[in-house]
Amino acid sequence: MNRVFMPGIQRCNLYNNQQSLQNNKSGSLIVVEGIDVSGKSTQIHLLHRWLLSEGYGVFFSEWNSSPLVKGTTKLGKKRKVLTPTTFSLIHATDFADRTEHQITPALKAGATVLADRYAYTAFARDMARGVPRNWVRNLYSFAVKPDIAFYFRVPLEVSLDRILTGRAALKYYEAGMDIGLSDDIRECFKLFQQRIMAEYDSMVDEYGLTVIDGTKSIEEQQAEVRRIVKERLSLGDGVLSGRR
Amino acid sequence: MEGDSLLAKFRFYGEGLKDVNLDSLSGRLIVLEGPDSVGRSTQMCLLREWLESLGHAVSDTGLTRSELTQEGLDQAKSGHTLGRKTMSLFYATDFADRLENQIIPALRAGYYVLSDRYFYSICARDIVRGADPQWLEGVYGFALVPDMVLYLKTDVEDLVPRALYGKGFNYWESGMDLAAGEDFFDSFCVYQSRVIKELNLMSERYGFVNINASNEPSVIFNDLKEAIKPILTNGVVDY
Repeated sequence: MNRVFMPGIQRCNLYNNQQSLQNNKSGSLIVVEGIDVSGKSTQIHLLHRWLLSEGYGVFFSEWNSSPLVKGTTKLGKKRKVLTPTTFSLIHATDFADRTEHQITPALKAGATVLADRYAYTAFARDMARGVPRNWVRNLYSFAVKPDIAFYFRVPLEVSLDRILTGRAALKYYEAGMDIGLSDDIRECFKLFQQRIMAEYDSMVDEYGLTVIDGTKSIEEQQAEVRRIVKERLSLGDGVLSGRR
Repeated sequence: MEGDSLLAKFRFYGEGLKDVNLDSLSGRLIVLEGPDSVGRSTQMCLLREWLESLGHAVSDTGLTRSELTQEGLDQAKSGHTLGRKTMSLFYATDFADRLENQIIPALRAGYYVLSDRYFYSICARDIVRGADPQWLEGVYGFALVPDMVLYLKTDVEDLVPRALYGKGFNYWESGMDLAAGEDFFDSFCVYQSRVIKELNLMSERYGFVNINASNEPSVIFNDLKEAIKPILTNGVVDY
């Protein structure tokens, strides 16, 4: 299976040993994507529980969680000194650390790796901030290509309704206030989410994202997710990889 | 000052930063490159004094001095847990922060920006650690093309005594993470010669002005001044 993330620049591997890393991978990588409050974290949590109960070795990795980089990201956000370029780079650094220390070793060890948000989040957000498309895609060209990338799609109004009524305060970068689409944080959030969603939609075909209708009930969505995971990851004998 | 506006036209290596109006950058960007321990900081001080004596406002900046990443990078490097891709991207973040928050504002204000190294050194170190040069060139597409890159060129034989009697051999400058030699000395020689080889390649690729760094500091300083003179704007006093 071709394990290189960017179809166009296969020879542009970041590190000489990247190819061998990719080929040695024996586990499976499943990622969830979508705009804020699309329900993806709930779904991956339920998938995680199910895989464990079925006896699989599961490793979970979350966006923006590298202990090495966290302090810097936090500082940058707090002081509001991150530009679209440094915002993009610091998240790529976080992703690189998790790829090197968590995702790749876990895959080589044969685990099923679940990731809450992946490189697609960076593509969507960074491009919504006006960062050049080819630049950010080159940045992430070292990423391992997922076996399944679920995209939880909810109409913009649903997401806005959920987030604007559900939570008191929107955060500065989350609302895209740094690029100044509007002085009003709620209005800015709407415009920014709209852009992000358009980017996600445009990636469905390009990267073969598996779209899940996020307006369905939690149970319906989860049933579909489990069905697809079973189907796509089953080997000749119908066993998922990573089973202990 | 007609010639000035012609000289002041900056450009980016790649697609660049979309919010930066290049026409508004009226300063000069001069980079001093060279391996560790080659004597860059001494020359930086001399150049700063000289430019100020001519009436130019000078801003200086060096690697890993970004407010955003200083602490995180120091911490990461002290733990030796920094993976190679992570290191590449952490340094790129640092460079971008310095470019956007220090260098570009200073250029906008008409300063002479003296940069103690630029992304070339970072790339040389990354390439020695196995990074793909093509990937790195893409990553640094947001960088401004400097007015001039002065390269303090030397070989590893010349560096050894400078490092030894200067700060001593340190872990990263000796490339100890690469396990290239038995001890700090062996590793330093192997690692620094590889870095120098990469810098020499970049010198040709990016058109650095090579300055022989095996000379006495005063000779080097004179060579640097001679190299810079053609791009100087009119100062308050004649040089």
